[in-house]
Amino acid sequence: MAHDAISSRTGNTETVRIATSESRLARYGLIGVALCFVALFLVLPLAAVFTEAMRNGPGEFATVLADPETFAAIKLTLLVAVIAVPLNLVFGIAAAWAIAKFEFKGKAFLTTLIDLPFSVSPVISGLVFVLLFGSHSLLGPWLQSHGIQILFAVPGIVLATVFVTFPFVARELIPLMQEQGTSDEEAALSLGASGWQTFWYVTLPNIKWGLLYGVLLCNARAMGEFGAVSVVSGHIRGLTNTMPLQVEILYNEYNFVAAFAVATLLALLALVTLVLKSVLEMKYSEQIAASRRH
Amino acid sequence: MTARTASLWQFRQPSVIPGFGLALGVTLSWLILIILIPLSGLAWRSSALGWSTFWTLATDTRTVNALRISFGTAFLAALVNVIFGVILAWVLVRYRFPGKRIIDAMVDLPFALPTAVAGIALTALYAPNGWIGSLLTPFGIKIAFTPIGIVFALVFVGLPFVVRTVQPIMEEIDKEVEEAAATLGANRFQTIRRVLLPGLAPAVLTGFALAFARGVGEYGSVIFIAGNLPYVSEIAPLLIVIRLEEFNYPAATAIAAVMLIISFAMLLIINTIQAWSRRRYGYGA
Repeated sequence: MAHDAISSRTGNTETVRIATSESRLARYGLIGVALCFVALFLVLPLAAVFTEAMRNGPGEFATVLADPETFAAIKLTLLVAVIAVPLNLVFGIAAAWAIAKFEFKGKAFLTTLIDLPFSVSPVISGLVFVLLFGSHSLLGPWLQSHGIQILFAVPGIVLATVFVTFPFVARELIPLMQEQGTSDEEAALSLGASGWQTFWYVTLPNIKWGLLYGVLLCNARAMGEFGAVSVVSGHIRGLTNTMPLQVEILYNEYNFVAAFAVATLLALLALVTLVLKSVLEMKYSEQIAASRRH
Repeated sequence: MTARTASLWQFRQPSVIPGFGLALGVTLSWLILIILIPLSGLAWRSSALGWSTFWTLATDTRTVNALRISFGTAFLAALVNVIFGVILAWVLVRYRFPGKRIIDAMVDLPFALPTAVAGIALTALYAPNGWIGSLLTPFGIKIAFTPIGIVFALVFVGLPFVVRTVQPIMEEIDKEVEEAAATLGANRFQTIRRVLLPGLAPAVLTGFALAFARGVGEYGSVIFIAGNLPYVSEIAPLLIVIRLEEFNYPAATAIAAVMLIISFAMLLIINTIQAWSRRRYGYGA
């Protein structure tokens, strides 16, 4: 007791308990628990991807990446993202414009509908397109007689990806544009700008970082989607296998090194996404929507 | 008369901003085309099965077991995530330690890492011959290829949902509340339990609901680590895929419909609890 009083008088802050913080022991304990948890569930899995891919040396790693099937998977993944992301970008801007800049009936309901794909299992997201375009659906026979291939082909993969990534951009822009209000646009319009000019020169610069943020997340999901794409793809090697599907096929053939080699590319994509995301959050935090949850 | 027609017709409040028709038109067409038509196709196909067929398919033992495993493991994983997610969020908001920024960025890894990659990576770690699995094997603990493996995969997938919902609310906590509690004689544990946690409850529940919903539908990260033994470690989304591969569309449709109905019902219940808790404690997510 006396020792405590003396040491606190001599400025030894360690024995002075701040009333709004935990004891040192509790603090270190909690940090320890948190770090162990992060290590077990986040750091080690990531490390495992790279280590397993390099298990037989960089030579085999390079062989896998040079394989034409891998190349086809990379190409398909990029193609799907290049189609799906811009479509959802346009949709996201339109939805955010309508929802954030105007007051109308049924707005809350519309917002809920936009979020719907988040609460649907990826497998079900794929299933709905199988039911819609499959051979014993209403559309199936008609599509077949006209030689249009949607399922087990690129259009099906794109549709499933668009479904799954549907809310990303809109979700990011709606709170941001709601916060920014309409006064900037009103000023531009009163100065004689046309609607499109207002959008290009006033709104777009205001939302560009938030938009980029949404596109980043949308793209990561589009390139990495597995469940929905797996259901509609048909797993035709070299034709309808995206990179995540290629990982699965190689893994199921016990070709672990090859599976992890392709997985490395996807893990790198994830790391790049995280770095860009952190940079955007650090530099433009006030120009990115405040609510962070997807 | 004119006033009445005006109010009836006033679908939206007047505004000088142009482009409402175009923006709403694009939004609605895209929504109907991509989301609503496919989803109502599922509803239509399951109602076309007829009630007795639907009931037989939905109460098939393998289906019931798969649903029980999916919802059970997702519940457990969301619970684990609530405990460790809240600790992690607290540590990130309140303490300073080296590498904090990197840890904070890492929390989003499950959002960015494709689920198939997460699945094979977790399997490499927790399989009996894996990095961590081989350490546990001598003690007779098996994680991969058991339902525990499913929980592990779902913990990975759901973690950011809890942390990212709780974190911003924690940042907003007014320190004065804690000071007041302390001056009134509460010890730190009492302050946390009686003052801080109740205020965080709505955010924690939201995080739980999001992690749970995500876990129920998760497929990619689970199928590699689960072992996929029917009746034991076979999740409902996998059973849908298996039924599709057998061209058993009615069964796949029925499982999907049951999954959607249960998860919407659970989200509704959780939203109600959350609204109640927000009313009671004043603030929240």
